Amino acid sequence: MSTDVSRGSRARHDAEPARRTPAPPAGDLIDSPRFQEAVKVALANQQQRANLRHATTTIRGKRARVVAELDNWQELRQAGEQIKTRVGRHMPDYLLQFEENFTKAGGVLHWARDAEEANRIVIDLVRQTGEDELVKVKSMVTQEIDMNEALEAAGIAAWETDLAELIVQLGHDRPSHILVPAIHRNRAEVREIFLEEMGRYGTPAPEGLDDEPAHLAAAARTHLRNKFMRAKVSTSGANFLVAETGSLVVVESEGNGRMCLTLPQTLISVVGIEKLVPTFDDLEVFLQLLPRSSTGERMNPYTSVWTGVTPGDGPQAIHLVLVDNGRTKALADPIGRAALRCIRCSACLNICPVYERAGGHAYGSVYPGPIGAILNPQLRGTASEVDRSLPFASSLCGACNEVCPVRIPISDLLVHERHKVVEAKKADPPHIPHTAEPQLIKAASWVMADHKHLEWAGLGTMMGSVVLGKMLGIEKFGAMPAPLSRWTSARDVPMLPEQTFRRWWKQNRGDQK
Amino acid sequence: MNAKDEILARVRMALRDVPTGEIEADAPIDWQYGQPVEVGDVLDIFAERVADYKAAVVRCSQAKVPEAIVQGLQAAKVTSVVVPPGLDDGWRQAITQSGMQLHVEQPEAPLTNTELNEIDAVVTAAAVGTAETGTIMLDHTADQGRRALTLVPDVHICVVRADQVVSGVPEAVARLKPAVLAGQPLTWISGGSATSDIELSRVEGVHGPRTLHVIIAE
Ligand code: SF4
Repeated sequence: MSTDVSRGSRARHDAEPARRTPAPPAGDLIDSPRFQEAVKVALANQQQRANLRHATTTIRGKRARVVAELDNWQELRQAGEQIKTRVGRHMPDYLLQFEENFTKAGGVLHWARDAEEANRIVIDLVRQTGEDELVKVKSMVTQEIDMNEALEAAGIAAWETDLAELIVQLGHDRPSHILVPAIHRNRAEVREIFLEEMGRYGTPAPEGLDDEPAHLAAAARTHLRNKFMRAKVSTSGANFLVAETGSLVVVESEGNGRMCLTLPQTLISVVGIEKLVPTFDDLEVFLQLLPRSSTGERMNPYTSVWTGVTPGDGPQAIHLVLVDNGRTKALADPIGRAALRCIRCSACLNICPVYERAGGHAYGSVYPGPIGAILNPQLRGTASEVDRSLPFASSLCGACNEVCPVRIPISDLLVHERHKVVEAKKADPPHIPHTAEPQLIKAASWVMADHKHLEWAGLGTMMGSVVLGKMLGIEKFGAMPAPLSRWTSARDVPMLPEQTFRRWWKQNRGDQK
Repeated sequence: MNAKDEILARVRMALRDVPTGEIEADAPIDWQYGQPVEVGDVLDIFAERVADYKAAVVRCSQAKVPEAIVQGLQAAKVTSVVVPPGLDDGWRQAITQSGMQLHVEQPEAPLTNTELNEIDAVVTAAAVGTAETGTIMLDHTADQGRRALTLVPDVHICVVRADQVVSGVPEAVARLKPAVLAGQPLTWISGGSATSDIELSRVEGVHGPRTLHVIIAE
């Protein structure tokens, strides 16, 4: 692994000397292979599987402990669901209310229909400052629109400042988790990357750096300090936009967010339109749900709230780019729009047996895991191989439904997206035959709908993901036609141990509330 | 059509199945806002939960605060201190008398980022303390100062008055709302800066102050 890292980067440096920031892997994510293909590569990577298993097991335990502390957790989840549902169903009101309050407070609002428009706005704003670099707070939407590469092409260097994003950027890599983007790397690999790459882009790693996480974090602190001190421009996302006050909220751990939000003169936030909450009071719900669900803490180390420009405190030029980029398409589906409630906590990734084995890269998107398998085809459509394959990247075991802090019915939505993929295939028959898939999906969703059905189908004794496809395929449809075998092979992907479902659940997820 | 109009048109089109104008009836929210949470003794739990984040916690009387501040600074072995313009006079004098180099931030002539980076410690008051989560909330008014002050120096000594401590996040949000409506930024601090990005093991001390020292004034 480590040798691959250094070899890859050297080759790149020879080929592209003009770059300012480390180059990510070549190619566009949208051209990724089908999940079921990509996962074969991932499963062969023993190191990554071990790293992921260790990390997700740890974080599941932490989450379970802090969730169990709150007697009203279920009421909080319901409130989270209801608040986000209100925003989704009445978005025009809240968008306009937010705009009015944000603008009144001295912020400048920009609207972007798609990724290209958002990137163009950011590039123009940076150019107006006369700067050619910026520091960046970790943000999913800037990953989604591939902002770093758009900036690089415009001659602007965007420096990631979140530790995990720094590991990914310096490692010429892609994120594989929405909260801990370098979850697939262990300490030895991180050390290797820091020693090899830091010096090329700023303060080098100290000589004799070992692989103690505390020492690695200290190396990152030193490497980035300079960049923070000289930065004139920064970009961020936001976890929440408060319509009532025009405020933005960023939730973080390391303080790199505070650095970016406070020290530069110009702050450009890029945020999806679904991040709204109606009132400031609503934060009492989300700032309980989010930290406990995501890092498994009672509260994350730092939360920043700002409302336009504060004279004498922080950036005096405050911009916000509100991004659609497919969200209105997701919103137009009365069932599918529930996915827009997502607050990107990553609990559904951490509990997912498929994610734990496949890793984030197999999803071919910045949004991996169960929610990614829904959001990607919603936001990007089903024109690509990878997006058509994603709704099938699940055993529908339903563990994600139980942990989601805004009660998104994830497995129902996966089944719903499967229907949509099948419908799209029908409309375009020459490319992909569909034949028996709709019936099979219907049967599958009925079987998975509750545990009685599960037991009826014999799934109480054997793990469903393996058995279901085979059983239905053989008993109902006889010899499997080509498309069905593809479907069943997709369902074999998780490679779950063949033990009873109940025992598996107890051992693996029984600690969840 | 400009981008704003087009996005709004897309949103309205997407929501054509939703009745407009009856927000509360269409999408009810059952939650009771601003309620206290059951934590037992608010100050005890606050002290315990702040300490859970490996921050130092000292409880003392109002009168002993200046002394506690100086002790905290000495324990952190600092030589230079910055304080916001509105910090209590008595606290300020105690720092000066201890022989440490004190800089009182002047809003008309603020320190540059680099100058601030040269200073070891910052001493501030707070706006709210939240027991259940062990969180200190700043609203950056005069006794806390602008955000950079409590961010760049490596040691933060923060004095929280007993009457500022509430049970949980809902009460805290309710207390902070007037400041937000007045345009103030907020910083919520739960322990020192930390990361879990390497193998999910928590490491204290990344970019924010690596030492957080909390004094509860009763
Ligand atoms: S779908 Fe739910 S559990 Fe998954 S990241 Fe979003 S909010 Fe968290």
